[in-house]
Amino acid sequence: MKFTLLIQSAPIDSQSSATALRFARALLAKGHEIERIFFYRSGVQSANRLALAPQDETNLPLEWQSFISENQLDAVVCIAAAIRRGIVNAAETARYGVEGDNLIEAAELSGLGQLVAACAASDRVITFGGGA
Amino acid sequence: MKRFLIIARQAPYGSAAAREAIELALACALFDQPVSLLLLDDACFQLLPEHKPAAIQQKNLAAMQQSLPLYDIDKIYICEKSMHQRGLHPESLSLEVVPLDAAGMKKLIREHEVVINV
Repeated sequence: MKFTLLIQSAPIDSQSSATALRFARALLAKGHEIERIFFYRSGVQSANRLALAPQDETNLPLEWQSFISENQLDAVVCIAAAIRRGIVNAAETARYGVEGDNLIEAAELSGLGQLVAACAASDRVITFGGGA
Repeated sequence: MKRFLIIARQAPYGSAAAREAIELALACALFDQPVSLLLLDDACFQLLPEHKPAAIQQKNLAAMQQSLPLYDIDKIYICEKSMHQRGLHPESLSLEVVPLDAAGMKKLIREHEVVINV
């Protein structure tokens, strides 16, 4: 089956980003396909490569980065939600004249249309961290 | 094409949730997907008329809300119980709503292929 995963809360505030990652791993292990992983609202914090965890704790943005790139998945971070929360790539730092990009390499910034298109193309859409 | 249901649960202005729920509903409509909006819990407050959010340096949500019918999001559903618990009535709200009881909401959710809680 083809799945789209939607992550809406920040790793530091909620378990949901970590649960989404474990769910995503389980999907691939069971032979399912992931159409797209979409980070919306505070979920965009999962794509902040400058979020630093103590050495003996999990660094979720790094975990997402390796999971997405190792499996060559499509991961999109909502550009409007990201910019409001200070998650930017090099193109956006140039556009807004600020310094220091922090988006994980494996994800791209794009619009909500990418979520809608992925949902339309998937058999299942699973939301993590909604309703808060 | 899939039928989308966006479920909003938060009051306006306490967080970005209300704005981000409406933005998602509008995006579905822009990409030609049929979309419904369900207001649950404190989201009922989103449709109180005459918000004055400038006092707390926030942008008024009304302009975005009023654009919903223009994007063919004609039907805005509201949880009857949430509405009554908050002393609200359909006539007191800024957009036309369809009140639903628990069975009605169950049916509404079943009729949509993609259900997103914001």
